[in-house]
Amino acid sequence: MVLKAFFPTCCVSADSGLLVGRWVPEHSSAVVLAVLHFPFIPVQVKQLLAQVRQASQVGVAVLGTWCHCRQEPEESLGRFLEGLGAVFPHEPWLQLCRERGGTFWSCEVTHQQAPAAPSAPGEDQVMLIFYDQRQVLLSQLHPPTVLPDRQAGATPASTGGLAAVFDTVARSEVLFRSDRFDEGPVRLSHWQSEGVEASILAELARRASGPVCLLLASLLSLVSAVGACRVFKLWPLSFVGSKLSTCEQLRHRLEHLTLIFSMRKAENSAQLMRKVNMLASVLLDVALGLTLLSWLHGRSRIGHLADALVPVADHVAEELQHLLQWLMGAPAGLKMNRALDQVLGRFFLYHIHLWISYIHLMSPFVEHILWHVGLSACLGLTVALSLLSDIIALLTFHIYCFYVYGARWAVPSSLRKPQSPGCSSGMGEGAALGRPWAWGPADARRAGPSPQLFIGTLLFTILLFLLPTTALYYLVFTLLRLLVVAVQGLIHLLVDLINSLPLYSLGLRLCRPYRLAAGVKFRVLQHEAGRPLRLLMQINPLPYSRVMHTYRLPSCGCHPKDSWGALCRKLFFGELIYPWRQRGDKQD
Amino acid sequence: MVTRLPEAGLERAGRLGPAIAVERRAVRCGRPSGGVMEDERSFSDICGGRLALQRRYYSPSCREFCLSCPRLSLRSLTAVTCTVWLAAYGLFTLCENSMILSAAIFITLLGLLGYLHFVKIDQETLLIIDSLGIQMTSSYASGKESTTFIEMDKVKDIVINEAIYMQKVIYYLCILLKDPVEPHGISQVVPVFQSAKPRLDCLIEVYRSCQEILAHQKATSTSP
Repeated sequence: MVLKAFFPTCCVSADSGLLVGRWVPEHSSAVVLAVLHFPFIPVQVKQLLAQVRQASQVGVAVLGTWCHCRQEPEESLGRFLEGLGAVFPHEPWLQLCRERGGTFWSCEVTHQQAPAAPSAPGEDQVMLIFYDQRQVLLSQLHPPTVLPDRQAGATPASTGGLAAVFDTVARSEVLFRSDRFDEGPVRLSHWQSEGVEASILAELARRASGPVCLLLASLLSLVSAVGACRVFKLWPLSFVGSKLSTCEQLRHRLEHLTLIFSMRKAENSAQLMRKVNMLASVLLDVALGLTLLSWLHGRSRIGHLADALVPVADHVAEELQHLLQWLMGAPAGLKMNRALDQVLGRFFLYHIHLWISYIHLMSPFVEHILWHVGLSACLGLTVALSLLSDIIALLTFHIYCFYVYGARWAVPSSLRKPQSPGCSSGMGEGAALGRPWAWGPADARRAGPSPQLFIGTLLFTILLFLLPTTALYYLVFTLLRLLVVAVQGLIHLLVDLINSLPLYSLGLRLCRPYRLAAGVKFRVLQHEAGRPLRLLMQINPLPYSRVMHTYRLPSCGCHPKDSWGALCRKLFFGELIYPWRQRGDKQD
Repeated sequence: MVTRLPEAGLERAGRLGPAIAVERRAVRCGRPSGGVMEDERSFSDICGGRLALQRRYYSPSCREFCLSCPRLSLRSLTAVTCTVWLAAYGLFTLCENSMILSAAIFITLLGLLGYLHFVKIDQETLLIIDSLGIQMTSSYASGKESTTFIEMDKVKDIVINEAIYMQKVIYYLCILLKDPVEPHGISQVVPVFQSAKPRLDCLIEVYRSCQEILAHQKATSTSP
């Protein structure tokens, strides 16, 4: 196999010295982590490498020599470098050489044992791959390869060679902690040798996070304890709490905040990203909510809204009344059963009248209610939107009632199967009576005209002829209900979007694309005959769609449970639909 | 330095064995001193458009194939622009609203930018490096490049497959990936040169070179 030497770009202009790194025999790759400069004491070098090996669990060793000189190395230097191979025995021994100011690289590999097969021409034996050490150290490969074996140098052979390189560089952080200003026994060149990178803000945040997390965690546990007390489990409050989407959203946000400010440290990078994404989502939510709040409370917009609300409700009720008058006449030229039409029409008109009275009763308090509801926007835009969705549900409660009446009574028995429990199954049974069954001796006994057969047939005929009227009312109210459901659905989608958007990951992908790596890409550098092949390895960033898919936060499950086919079937048979039911709720 | 290779003269992919030896001799005798052997030939794609295949042999273990698609033609661009603007002018005469004309200009500009950045692929490159992997790069007309790299451990083989595409049966080159669970299974088929869609003669050239490298890689990986 061709030997691959991974060389950091920061060491390209370093002085001559020893190559320190890790040899991966399964992929025949040598990962050079740093260059150790002359002069050094071999014993101290061996001690340092043993310390690094113990601290980082990476099999760091001296891989060979690096020569960066003005011209070709002289005889004495050549023999000196070869002699080092005896001091630091390693199989195979690399000898990299570069002319100062030139682009000519040469690389020789010496095996202590004689190779079994005749060696290929020199340029095919080694491949030089340059990598940016800082980027490879900070980046994270997706999909993450789990390396369970953490002993020194042991890597399962099933992982790819590149994953092993990334893992080696990431785990060798101990080696990069000293820079050239340290008074250590050895002088190393790596990506931090010009000065260790650190940030004052990050350090301050790290120190402050401890007590802040403790305080906030205790506050949040107090809030959850209040929310979990027995009062809220009693029947009226628990029913109301399960129906309102605001309570669901508040619970969701409380869960998020508890996770963010919990005292447990994140175990791996995926959990850390999730925590930071949640924090970013909460901050965005609160920022948008405060913007909305300032907009609402400025220039008495709440007053305008409140003034506009009652006339709008009146207008909607008037339109509904016109619709019912139209249905009571001859809608679209259809001939309806006059008596049933009048009954149903008057029944629904009375309901609208009740509802209008209720709205007029509430009208003096609307502005105060809206003002207090607007205050909830400081908890977040999602809470305000959930409240809006709940208010729409409350205001269109009459449409919901009409839909339920229509589904339950107007089209109950025509098409429903006779065995569904709790429903009046007049027509269903009648239809069942009309179905042919196998004629046997038991049936011969029942062959005479029974009262059941007579009443069943009568009921069936009556309900069949009343079907157009009832079906029309059902159709109209179902369409209205679907309209309201669609509006609520849009609001829920928006809330879901804000809840699950991984803002931090998207920002990271935008500003620091090398942190989230889908893979690598190679570029062939200038090649000379007789010289080893040189490649530049760069990080291939993750596409935005995969960032969204990998890091999206779990939403509160407000997705439509039924597929389109199931929905149409339910509508046709008159079953009640609740498309935005939360998971775990019983379906009616 | 550009050298011209003799015509391969192959009809079927079956007769590849002796042709490999012929190819190797031809490469060796034309080698310049620069170290990179470059070669350019023109082929055609499945619709009859002209493609240019540029081969670079960096070393016996590293080869690159660069397929250039035909550029955006001025004729089609003019035709589309004229159609959109005529339609917009027709709407304008109906509605007397000058926003339609500005909207048509914006739509044309944005559509052209979007087409150049997301749809129109200028060049497709296949870089195969022994014992490292295979890299496929697509360069869009706006300069954007999208790269995929597959490690050699995951590559099972490179084959030429047949497919039904609209009303035609076409050949395409694809990379077969190993299944980690089943040793003889295939987990994925990755097609190469998807937007250039060259014909069989071009595919055979690329196939032969890739098989040389894969054979060499299999031989060295099994040896201790």
